[in-house]
Amino acid sequence: MTCSACKGITPDDPRFAELDAFIQDGHSSADFLIAVLHRAQQLFGYLPEEVQHHVAAALGVPPSEVYGVVTFYNYFTLTPVGKYPINVCMGTACYVQGAGRILELFEKELGIQPGQVTPDGLFSLDVCRCVGACGLAPVVTVAGEVHGKLTESDALKLVAELRERAAADQAEAGAAVATVGGESQ
Amino acid sequence: MQFEPVLTKGIGKVDLTNIDVYEAQGGYQALRKALTSMEPQAIVEEVKKANLRGRGGAGFPAGVKWGFLPNDGRPRYLTVNADESEPGTCNNRTLIYANPHQLIEGIIITAFANRISQSFIYIRGEFKRGEAILMKAIEDARKKGYVGKNILGTGFSQEITVHRGASAYICGEESALLNSLEGRRGEPRVKPPFPAVVGLYGCPTIINNVETISNVPHIVKNGWEWYTKITANPDNPKSCGPKLFTVSGCVQRPGNYELPMGVKLRDVIEIAGGLRPGRKLKAVQPGGSSTPMLTPEHLDVPMDFESVAAAGSLLGTAAVIVYDDSVDLVDVALYWSRFYSHESCGQCTPCREGTHWLERVFTRIKEGGGTEGDLKMIADMQTQMAGTTICVLSDAAVAFPASLLKLFPEELERYINRVKEVRPA
Ligand SMILES: Cc1cc2nc3c(=O)[nH]c(=O)nc-3n(C[C@H](O)[C@H](O)[C@H](O)COP(=O)(O)O)c2cc1C
Ligand code: SF4
Ligand code: FES
Repeated sequence: MTCSACKGITPDDPRFAELDAFIQDGHSSADFLIAVLHRAQQLFGYLPEEVQHHVAAALGVPPSEVYGVVTFYNYFTLTPVGKYPINVCMGTACYVQGAGRILELFEKELGIQPGQVTPDGLFSLDVCRCVGACGLAPVVTVAGEVHGKLTESDALKLVAELRERAAADQAEAGAAVATVGGESQ
Repeated sequence: MQFEPVLTKGIGKVDLTNIDVYEAQGGYQALRKALTSMEPQAIVEEVKKANLRGRGGAGFPAGVKWGFLPNDGRPRYLTVNADESEPGTCNNRTLIYANPHQLIEGIIITAFANRISQSFIYIRGEFKRGEAILMKAIEDARKKGYVGKNILGTGFSQEITVHRGASAYICGEESALLNSLEGRRGEPRVKPPFPAVVGLYGCPTIINNVETISNVPHIVKNGWEWYTKITANPDNPKSCGPKLFTVSGCVQRPGNYELPMGVKLRDVIEIAGGLRPGRKLKAVQPGGSSTPMLTPEHLDVPMDFESVAAAGSLLGTAAVIVYDDSVDLVDVALYWSRFYSHESCGQCTPCREGTHWLERVFTRIKEGGGTEGDLKMIADMQTQMAGTTICVLSDAAVAFPASLLKLFPEELERYINRVKEVRPA
């Protein structure tokens, strides 16, 4: 089973059309570069070279400058994220409440370091700064969803649950493919 | 302490994101007053006399800054700094999420006072929901005729554009913010020229913090005399007005508290629930991660720009970070040094290399491999990193290490001496 995130992005990918629609909707000059990259990352999940070149051409900005901007800002990423991107908050409040231990636990359990994706494409791990939920420290977000006051056993439970959810999704998708007889995406 | 909140009035009780609720509480009356009965210059004078000091960290008088705009016919811009990334600080967040119309009203009055027709709000990348709240508030204000063309039939027009950053602490620095707003890497610009003269797209630009601008409607509505009386330290007329303090660290009720300027440090800690039972105060950073520490002997220092500076630190963003006797300050230094080395934009050698070395030195010390030479290195770095760079991130990065070395050398020596025990010379 290959993961969709690792597949190369081809020029006829329909997401480029969506991106172009956004660019043409009043975002076509160089000063909208950051806004356009936000939209691109929302669509593709990350900003691979193909996408950067596309944006560069559309806005009339040298690709080197696009790369410069992408690598300057924390929010933009060059690596695909997993189906369940796990973000461990290392903000002040969470750090004090043991976020470091939680991060180590995820690293061990998933076998990856921050910035990496598991080989099955299911999980990616990252750290972030205060997500504004300090009262719930330590906080972890999974695809934007906040899990607060996380103990070490909560963290392990969370991973197990996500694995189950993924397996259930896959079974469902498999069933759908079987009935339609079409190709799996 | 008896204090009637000004900026946070109604928050937590009513839904101020609803424009009708905001208006019912007296909202947009200041805008009406300013646009229909005041001359732009009179508003600038009012703000000058109120002595509204910038809340973004440096405390520069807002009215004076506005006075720097040249009168040369070029377009002028107003940019609100909502990048709020200083560790320990989250008061702008409250003002945006819970009282967005106050900010919008302040923007329109400020723009009118300075004959500006286009404003921007630069909001930090993480505040995705804040961006949505602001966009909705702007549209609601437009429907009521407070934003857009010919506001209240006065002929004055104003557009407000929200721009979301993409996570970089340095973009809070005003000239980096302008570069980022122009779609580029957020690298600070060499000053002078200052943004008031050469700012966004090379045009005169005012940059003010969210909290600074949120004060403007209240000054216009109630007058400068009323404003200058809001203080807990009347002996110092240079700092006044309501101030949001973000209290974090070893207190029982961390959070945002609106208090008068000049409130004693002791009272701020008390209002945030005080220390946990049985704990003793060790140190306080009064204005965010970039400010040197104060110690228990400073508990009676009034929290205003001048008094905190006289005590050897800075009011900064008024993010009061409290450390009790359970905290290992070397660990804190390591944490901050990681932050600054990650956030240095890399343009200046003293900052790019210095922040990196601080991180390495504190990692080494923390792991037990530090030497006496490392302590000297920290002292040297203070002279080499402060005052030598394009922006003051470099100064900020050495502020905590330098104050640690000055005020708590024993905490550092404890680690150094530990090595000596293990590896006798
Ligand atoms: C590294 C660095 C980060 C800063 N971050 C912020 C910030 O997040 N928000 C802010 O208002 N000011 C920040 N400032 C201060 C701004 O440069 C500027 O002084 C301020 O926005 C001016 O507004 P004020 O006069 O209303 O305070 C920062 C400065 C530096 C050097
Ligand atoms: S001091 Fe640091 S952050 Fe500021 S411009 Fe120089 S390298 Fe960049
Ligand atoms: S520090 Fe983690 S949510 Fe604020």
